Amino acid sequence: MTQPSARIGVYICHCGTNIAGTVDVAALREYAATLPHVVVARDYKYMCSDPGQELIKTDIAENGLNRVVVAACSPHLHEHTFRSACEEAGLNPYLCHMVNIREHDSWVHTGPAATEKAKDLLRAAVQRVVWNEPLERRQIPIRQSVLVVGGGIAGIHAALTLANAGKKVYLVEREPSIGGHMAMFDKTFPTLDCAACILTPKMTAVKSNPNITLWTYSEVISVEGYVGDFRVQVRRKPRYVIEDLCVGCLECVEACVYKQPKFADEFNLGLSKRKPIYLPFPQAVPQVVLIDPETCIEFKSGKCKKTCVEACGERNAIDFNQKETIETIEVGAIILATGYQTFDASRISYYGYGTYPNVYTALEVERLINASGPTGGELVLRDGRKPRTVGIIHCVGSRDEHTNRWCSRVCCMYSLKLAHLVKERTGAEVYNFYIDMRTPGKGFEEFYNRVAEEGVHFIRGKVADVYPANGDGQLTLKVEDTLLGQVRKIPVDMVILAVGLEPRADATEVRRMFNISCSSEGWFLERHPKLAPVNTFTDGIFLAGCCQGPKDIPDTVAQAGAAAAEAFQLLDLSAIEMEPNTAYVLEGVCSGCKTCVGLCPYNAISFLADKHVAHINEALCKGCGTCVAACPSGSIRQHLFEDEQIFEEVHGIMA
Amino acid sequence: MKPKVAFYWCASCGGCEEAVVDLAEKVLDVVAAVDIVFWPVALDFKRKDVEAMPDGSIAAAFINGAIRTSEQEEMAHLLRRKAQVVIAFGACAQTGGIPGLANLYDRESVLAAVYRESPSTANAEGVLPQPHYPVNGEALELPVFHERVRALNQVIPVDYSIPGCPPTPKLLADAVAALLTGRLPERGAVLAPDKALCEECPRRDSKPEKLAIQQFKRPHETLIETDKCLLAQGLLCLGPATRAGCEARCIQGNMPCTGCFGATSRVRDFGAKALSAIASLTGSNDEAEIVQILENIPDPVGSFYRYSLPVAPLPAKRAPAAE
Amino acid sequence: MPETTAPNGQSQAADFEPKIVAFFCNWCTYLAADLAGTSRLRYAPNVRVVRVMCSGRVDPQFVLEAFAQGADGVLIGGCHPGDCHYQEGNYKALRRYHLLRRMLEQMGVEPERFRLEWISASEGERLRAVVNDMVEKVRALGPLRKNAAAQLLEEATVR
Repeated sequence: MTQPSARIGVYICHCGTNIAGTVDVAALREYAATLPHVVVARDYKYMCSDPGQELIKTDIAENGLNRVVVAACSPHLHEHTFRSACEEAGLNPYLCHMVNIREHDSWVHTGPAATEKAKDLLRAAVQRVVWNEPLERRQIPIRQSVLVVGGGIAGIHAALTLANAGKKVYLVEREPSIGGHMAMFDKTFPTLDCAACILTPKMTAVKSNPNITLWTYSEVISVEGYVGDFRVQVRRKPRYVIEDLCVGCLECVEACVYKQPKFADEFNLGLSKRKPIYLPFPQAVPQVVLIDPETCIEFKSGKCKKTCVEACGERNAIDFNQKETIETIEVGAIILATGYQTFDASRISYYGYGTYPNVYTALEVERLINASGPTGGELVLRDGRKPRTVGIIHCVGSRDEHTNRWCSRVCCMYSLKLAHLVKERTGAEVYNFYIDMRTPGKGFEEFYNRVAEEGVHFIRGKVADVYPANGDGQLTLKVEDTLLGQVRKIPVDMVILAVGLEPRADATEVRRMFNISCSSEGWFLERHPKLAPVNTFTDGIFLAGCCQGPKDIPDTVAQAGAAAAEAFQLLDLSAIEMEPNTAYVLEGVCSGCKTCVGLCPYNAISFLADKHVAHINEALCKGCGTCVAACPSGSIRQHLFEDEQIFEEVHGIMA
Repeated sequence: MKPKVAFYWCASCGGCEEAVVDLAEKVLDVVAAVDIVFWPVALDFKRKDVEAMPDGSIAAAFINGAIRTSEQEEMAHLLRRKAQVVIAFGACAQTGGIPGLANLYDRESVLAAVYRESPSTANAEGVLPQPHYPVNGEALELPVFHERVRALNQVIPVDYSIPGCPPTPKLLADAVAALLTGRLPERGAVLAPDKALCEECPRRDSKPEKLAIQQFKRPHETLIETDKCLLAQGLLCLGPATRAGCEARCIQGNMPCTGCFGATSRVRDFGAKALSAIASLTGSNDEAEIVQILENIPDPVGSFYRYSLPVAPLPAKRAPAAE
Repeated sequence: MPETTAPNGQSQAADFEPKIVAFFCNWCTYLAADLAGTSRLRYAPNVRVVRVMCSGRVDPQFVLEAFAQGADGVLIGGCHPGDCHYQEGNYKALRRYHLLRRMLEQMGVEPERFRLEWISASEGERLRAVVNDMVEKVRALGPLRKNAAAQLLEEATVR
């Protein structure tokens, strides 16, 4: 497969001073010109610019180049750019090879060693590209549907955007209702819109949109396939109420043998009680009750009077024998909008959460001040008293090497919001204990000023301790006021912990199932922090909302829209081109030893008993090359990663 | 005039010579077709007879054995000069063979092990072979023992190879026939099929499609079933990596393939490739378990480079010989 | 590169700069090296990366060849267990690594010269640490040997 007639053009990018400031690009160019088969070697300020690409195209035409080597940034950034440039000039794109002399060299090394390394890498690429072969991309049709995982505001917005554009959407939510964290909030900062007022219409729109199949109380359990053709299994947990038959009249709840609610209400974070049969919250979508088998007498003893069934009457929606079902769907793209969890405040023992009843998390206070919350919107302590002084501690679990290092981005603002609401509802004196006040957003700084003008106190300092003040449940907050330069002890009736956001506990399992990466903190990793913020490294899987990192509602919605647009764009292609780096069997020389068959994670390799050879289904092969490395007789090869190409790269490095 | 043929024996066990004899009555056909002008194991010709022949007058020289001594090296050069075609005959000549494993040790260690430390050696004075040794006023010359074992093509250009430890009589007969009819392939070729042994293995259908080996066993550690794929029984069978052409003789003898026919033309490094395939079949993803399963292959070099250490890309560093 | 002076891994002059050939998987370790770049993390310039799609593509032949061509160390970088972009390619790499590591040891290649490391796309810092650590250890060992072919010729000469 050698190409003795290779005519190579080498293009060295300065990337402004990013490369040229460290690597001696002139010396590199001169060196490149001395390498075998190199016909032309050039350097240019920005190879990725139009004039830079034009240089390559012109040389292909005028110098009859049949191979191109571009020494620039990471191929993850611009491989596509330069391949396309070659293609436009009539050269097969796979005859172009990139050398990473920026991320892997000029940005991490200094001095002559950087230039030496660039020479080695360039020589390796030149030797390799001689062996590159023209390749054709495969066309894969794209299924015209999208799976959205997670029914918080991110998932809702993404699903609606796609559905309104005419795409079929499956929205899968783990909880019995969509709405996510946003449904638990009272007001939203900085405009103080009522969260329910702006969210509920979107939730009902999801339910009524014919393009959306909404599966709540359901979880994705397996994902197979690849961009354009994912096969996903969804477990639908039994709610013991037939969704299509329930009309949400709640007569069954009323009729339950438990006259009074007795069990901790999950939606209200245990601050109120519910019955075994219940609707998660008044605005829940779908408006379908469910039965908790852990507390329902019928499930526990089988001897309930089943007054609920009686109340349901002819509707017959209650089914104690309902079983979980597994649905299999096929989609072309997936949007992950699995959200976050709040920091577990009990991890910081000195704040006394879980020990002192008057220490609350911010999310609990959201419920307490919500009109549909456990107290009907009245902010009272567990003993029924109204707090006269309230301390809000910022950065709980955030910006601390003992817990989470990151800033959770929303806590300053929601703390300001809560300070305002608490003061408004109770007239209490409110103290905010902050490290830095972070209000970078539209209308945020103005809101901060407004709240300050309303008389909320701000004390800059990290609260070091919370302990009982005197007998009446008051707590003392001990803090070094870093502006005054002295330690202060401030007694309050109520402590609100502004808990940070963190990746969900099962984020690792989820991302493994979807075959995407995480940052070291556990947030799902975007393909590029600036230029591909909703893409992942797995084609066809996109990110929306806080599963990618803490963000507020406006950013979440914007990102969800972006993810929907990316998915829409993908589906709209109706077919995509797959990289041609697949493995293939030289069937004429395969001995049929079957070593490869069991190694393929995609079952792409089958054994043809009649011919006694292995066979690779190109459509299933993803191009990892594991079988190629394992084939003991060298009878499996891989396009774009042929043995010769890799050997030559090694030789080039060491030459 | 019949074409002239020479056979020579370097560092090897003599098994390759047996392969010639194993032609049995066919050897008469060979003798009828060619003139054997040099075959020290069977015919009384001397080195000086070969030296007297005109250069290029021998049609083909079949050289078996690796090159370890100065004498072997000299004879290789001599035969290269006299023969039009040099054939590396057998694994030792082709890739170094079993003697090549001595490259794990340095020369001193090898000599010490053989002449001083071996329990069956009585050599109280610890005398080692000397290249020059005066006896009764005469100088006795012994070949010099080289530092390393080399394959034939690391010493002289080789035209063809016939693999095997030893090669089968059939491959020899085919080679002679090709030689006589002038239907030899491109120079450098290995005169054996270019597929792996599984192709012609009588047990091939018993090999499972998805093999995950939980325990590697050595032949003496298990009762070997006679009709089941040996790898499937946990035996380190290198058939998948080894060139076919031996008619699966070891397998027919209920022993795993040890790789004497070497790699196919598509593989550069038999040992690394065979290792890759075998390791890939390890039936675990747990690191500790992987290590434990692979520990049942106690001697990776001896297992995967048994016949080819001298031609391995990385020459083994010589360690002092173990006791 | 400075010329190597003493064969067989004896202690070397302080100016010895080892050369390490790395095979990084496209999805994790290669990206970690990209991240180290974008984060401007300085590290030893002794590693040359060959990009493969998966650590499972790394044929032990490549490793042997790199050493044979004069590499003082070979580093394979893949995704953490359970994180492989191709589900299980890294486990195949792990299986081969352990057998190959033992075979190389028999052949006189010290374990510090051949490493398999799991470095995820977000671990730029770890990439730097691994590279620096390996370079230091290999530097301390000295050059593996001279060019293999040259050594073979030299050592085969008559004593």
